[in-house]
Amino acid sequence: MLRFFLSRLALLIPTFIGVSIVAFSFIRLLPGDPIMLLAGERGMTEERYQQLRALYGFDQPLVMQYFTYLTDLLQGDFGTSIVTKRPVLQEFLTLFPATLELSFCAIMLAIVIGVPVGIIAAVRRGSWLDQSVMGTALVGYSMPIFWWGLLLIILFSGILQWTPVSGRISLLYYFQPVTGFMLIDSLLSGQEGAFKSAVSHLVLPTVVLATIPLAVIARQTRSAMLEVLGEDYVRTARSKGLPPLRVVGLHALRNALIPVVTTIGLQVGVLLAGAILTETIFSWPGIGKWMVDSVFKRDYAVVQGGLLLIAAIIMIVNLIVDVLYGLINPRIRH
Amino acid sequence: MKSKMFAAALLSATILSGAASAKTLVYCSEGSPEGFDPALYTAGTTFDASSKPIYNRLVQFEPGTTNTVPGLAESWEISDDGLEITFKLREGVKFHTTDFFTPTRDFNADDVLFSFERQLNQDHAYHAYVEGASWEYFNGMSMPDLIKSIEKVDDYTVKFVLNRPEAPFIANLAMDFASIFSQEYADQLAENANQSDLNQKPIGTGPFQFVAYQPDAVIRYKAHPDYWAGKQPIDDLVFAITTEASVRQQKLLAGECHIMPYPNPADIESLKANDEIKVEEQEGLNVGYLAYNTQQAPFDQTEVRKALNMAINKEAILDAVFQGAGQAAKNPIPPTMWSYNDEIEDDPYDPEAARAMLEEAGVTDLSMKVWAMPVQRPYNPNARRMAELIQEDFSKVGVDVEIVSYEWGEYLERSKAVDRDGAVLLGWTGDNGDPDNFLAVLLGCDAVGGANRAQWCNEEFDALIQEAKTLSTQEERAELYREAQVVFKREAPWATIAHSVVHMPMRKEVTGYKMDPLGGHAFEGVDIAE
Repeated sequence: MLRFFLSRLALLIPTFIGVSIVAFSFIRLLPGDPIMLLAGERGMTEERYQQLRALYGFDQPLVMQYFTYLTDLLQGDFGTSIVTKRPVLQEFLTLFPATLELSFCAIMLAIVIGVPVGIIAAVRRGSWLDQSVMGTALVGYSMPIFWWGLLLIILFSGILQWTPVSGRISLLYYFQPVTGFMLIDSLLSGQEGAFKSAVSHLVLPTVVLATIPLAVIARQTRSAMLEVLGEDYVRTARSKGLPPLRVVGLHALRNALIPVVTTIGLQVGVLLAGAILTETIFSWPGIGKWMVDSVFKRDYAVVQGGLLLIAAIIMIVNLIVDVLYGLINPRIRH
Repeated sequence: MKSKMFAAALLSATILSGAASAKTLVYCSEGSPEGFDPALYTAGTTFDASSKPIYNRLVQFEPGTTNTVPGLAESWEISDDGLEITFKLREGVKFHTTDFFTPTRDFNADDVLFSFERQLNQDHAYHAYVEGASWEYFNGMSMPDLIKSIEKVDDYTVKFVLNRPEAPFIANLAMDFASIFSQEYADQLAENANQSDLNQKPIGTGPFQFVAYQPDAVIRYKAHPDYWAGKQPIDDLVFAITTEASVRQQKLLAGECHIMPYPNPADIESLKANDEIKVEEQEGLNVGYLAYNTQQAPFDQTEVRKALNMAINKEAILDAVFQGAGQAAKNPIPPTMWSYNDEIEDDPYDPEAARAMLEEAGVTDLSMKVWAMPVQRPYNPNARRMAELIQEDFSKVGVDVEIVSYEWGEYLERSKAVDRDGAVLLGWTGDNGDPDNFLAVLLGCDAVGGANRAQWCNEEFDALIQEAKTLSTQEERAELYREAQVVFKREAPWATIAHSVVHMPMRKEVTGYKMDPLGGHAFEGVDIAE
């Protein structure tokens, strides 16, 4: 098991370098010059332009720029935002807890609903229940998030006024962030009603962000369950007269969950992608919104640093999933 | 920390109970500020969050107008040769007292010197205090060439010595980059090696003082209790950063914010119809135009440019692109600006006559490029659509149009080239309410190959605007600018298309908000009716 873990860990190094090259080139492949964008319609003199280019090292050959970037990275320096002039890592660390909180709630919701729904659909295969679950999942999977989010806002915030429109907590509450997680900070603040407000702000974005992973998890659980239910040992268990709940819950579920765990792990990338749109709609101050803004401003340092940090998170999560998978399913270790 | 939290808890408890009448105004702003030192940046969003609430300038714009009035300078005198401007500073002005800074002295001449020297002097300790500090506006307004020296005459007198007379100089000093900082605070930060805090934890003399900023989420201010012009009617000012226009609108309707900028044009009618909302509107200080390349055949012929201008159906553009939130432009400066020449007659929309004029000029089978900007701007909400309408209009007079577009930075850069192909859609929003800021910047001979996208250098026009710059009274200058507009219209380097109308929806209970013709959002004097 240790060898398996170490070999997976070693694989991270070339992957990380690969990602750093992609992150570095990606933003530079887009047309546009960040220095021109800084000045907008106002423009600037040629001399000033050259000065700024030199300052950011854009006058160097690309390969040189990449090596400078890599050297800085190895020293833990992710660069400085061209726009805000703040260190990229500092900005990331300030904004990441918001994304983490939202993504965590969304994946929890997706699992808590998606897994049981998938099981029920598999057990009642072919019934109207199964068909409606699968139909809904298909709709959820293909839902355009931006439209879906606005629809929910107009319905639940605008017309019914059940939930707040956007943000993380009512602006009446003011306290210094301690952990960066609003659910925890609002409790720590000791202010009456703060926690409730934080929860009510989380509801809609969580639902929107959970939509696609929920559909994927439900479908995956259903098909994994169906496969397992067809196996000999399940049939044996059934023929021995075990109650159906025990067959499904005890014998089948454990094996069916193996591919589901992988699916859940893979949803991390989907979640972060979904967070970009969800955060934009709900003015959720996380890294998704940060990245979108930075691409528009051609903020090289933020885009490459942000991509790299996000990739690192996805890689680490995948590593954890691999290890978990290995624990559940010993065959994979060899 | 604990006591602060307790205080905050108390504060919010009182807000909730409504016992103490702490008034909070929530503004749903459209984006995050880049920082809090306005001189480092050029974006209006940043100015709204920094220079407007936190700082003052020597000279300020009277709210709701482009007139300059005394700010931190009570009065000023201009020498006869126009080269020396002496400011008499206001006494007894207090800087903000916050949990990170307690001033020991009032505002004085040292603060003025600090605020400008840091931008002017390359050796100044604060010239490069953040990586890439670039002082875009200061440089863009040619301040380094213009200012010979800044002298402290005494604690409350400062003299600017210029290299040449420059009539718009006073208006320039009312711009955001000229905000006055506390030298004492800067020194204290430098001592603790915390210089970058000048841009993160701002201290000024303005109506509101900074409390906290959570990136991308919320900025909090409270009223400056010792503000020299009197404490504000509201106690707290909150910027709730909400990037999506439709979400801002929902928040306004739900009462989660009091004011929002930049509504979707399509939603304005329904907002106007809502009982709880009022929508104020004002003509923006801007112009959207199509700039021909006047150095290239056949656009070097005035008749050709005139003919094309007559082929454009502006009314159709106003309907389709501005959805009514704009008015047709005939001059390069907007009608709200002094010296606007209302006697000028716009080219009529007349495709027949246009076609005849083109034939007379010997232009047949013309194909040209029209450049469409890839971004939405106040002066042009949808350049692509506008280009398509122009394409249709031009095809009616036998001119074939190919629409081209580039990424925004690329667009700005490429459109500057003197040998550029085709006519470019672009526009401008005024910085300081001075006609020079439009006419010289966009149409002067010096700007050819730069902001002068028509590559138009007309001696007669240039002589007028150059002379106007050196005169000191507004009446004398206005006369020359009115004449310059006549030359502009006769020579037609642009098709002037539209001035947009800016809308500002707010809740009915908000009082005293004045729209800023320069496009900023300031909350001085704003109150909430109980």
